[in-house]
Amino acid sequence: MSVLDFFIRKRSAPVARERLQLLLAHEHVLNGRSDLAALLQEEILAVISKHIKIDRDKVNVKLDRGAQVSTLEIDIEMPENVVAPD
Amino acid sequence: MSKVLVVTSGKGGVGKTTSSASLGAALAKAGQNVVVVDFDVGLRNLDLVMGAERRVVFDLVNVVQGDAKLAQALIRDKRIETLSILPASQTRDKDALTEEGVERIIGELREKFDWIICDSPAGIEKGAMMAMRFADVAVVVTNPEISSVRDSDRIIGMLDSKTRHAETGGKLEKHLLLTRYDPARAARGEMLKVEDVLEILAIPLLGIVPESTEVLTASNLGCPVTLNNPESAPARAYVEAARRLLGEKVEVTTPVERRGLMSRLFGKKALA
Repeated sequence: MSVLDFFIRKRSAPVARERLQLLLAHEHVLNGRSDLAALLQEEILAVISKHIKIDRDKVNVKLDRGAQVSTLEIDIEMPENVVAPD
Repeated sequence: MSKVLVVTSGKGGVGKTTSSASLGAALAKAGQNVVVVDFDVGLRNLDLVMGAERRVVFDLVNVVQGDAKLAQALIRDKRIETLSILPASQTRDKDALTEEGVERIIGELREKFDWIICDSPAGIEKGAMMAMRFADVAVVVTNPEISSVRDSDRIIGMLDSKTRHAETGGKLEKHLLLTRYDPARAARGEMLKVEDVLEILAIPLLGIVPESTEVLTASNLGCPVTLNNPESAPARAYVEAARRLLGEKVEVTTPVERRGLMSRLFGKKALA
């Protein structure tokens, strides 16, 4: 722990929020309240975050269900300077 | 027209009974005819929180099973004439409640009261199911804490699938009541913010009840906080929530405790 860490306490609420969002997306699928787009978004974000640091809003998943064709659109905006997550 | 309102949460200890008593008292004070029904068979506490523990003769199970008439089991509040409670049984278990019996009693209560507030037990078993089964309105009590939010999400799923309204395509209004909220800690990033909880649970906000010592004081005395100290921050939050239930447009704010000079100088901690 550096001296700086001692003065700047890590904010825990954003961690709580992310954990909840991921967990609930999973549970909704298990309970048949699936929001597939949300689940995919969380999982894709989790996978990318393992390798590079990316903002939540840079990953967009859109699911369009049509009568004939359904489309899944995944839009990931890469950061300019790829940084490994800490 | 009468409304059946369930106060539910999934998780225990988040403030269901406190909220049932406080909202019930606030609605009654606004001139509504209100009964608060304790569905926590085996672990009744509403009577204690409302200061009626020594007046219980008959209870919900006695009425469900036909051993007593509804009028014999209802206890009229000594402070507000239009407020009554129907206590749960302390010696039975939740299986003593049958769907037919509960439906019959809710029907009888609808004839006498404007609001039938069902104080749900914790959990997702029979008692909680019976409390929500015939609801027109649901108040989901949530603390800004991960396990409470997760359980509330589960309960919202059940309100959408297991209630009579859900099964028959009727309309069940759902509201979020955020309790034990500490604005200072949320601002420091130590507690989930109101917006975080709202985004995750995605139901409209009925009110924000701040963490306050007044809630324990009120329960110690057996008096709903809305009656015990109407000027306190939690009481104002509950009164505003009750006005919203009555259809008034009241902007949602986080009431804060007003502190005197002495407590400001010598108080240990700010009461948010």
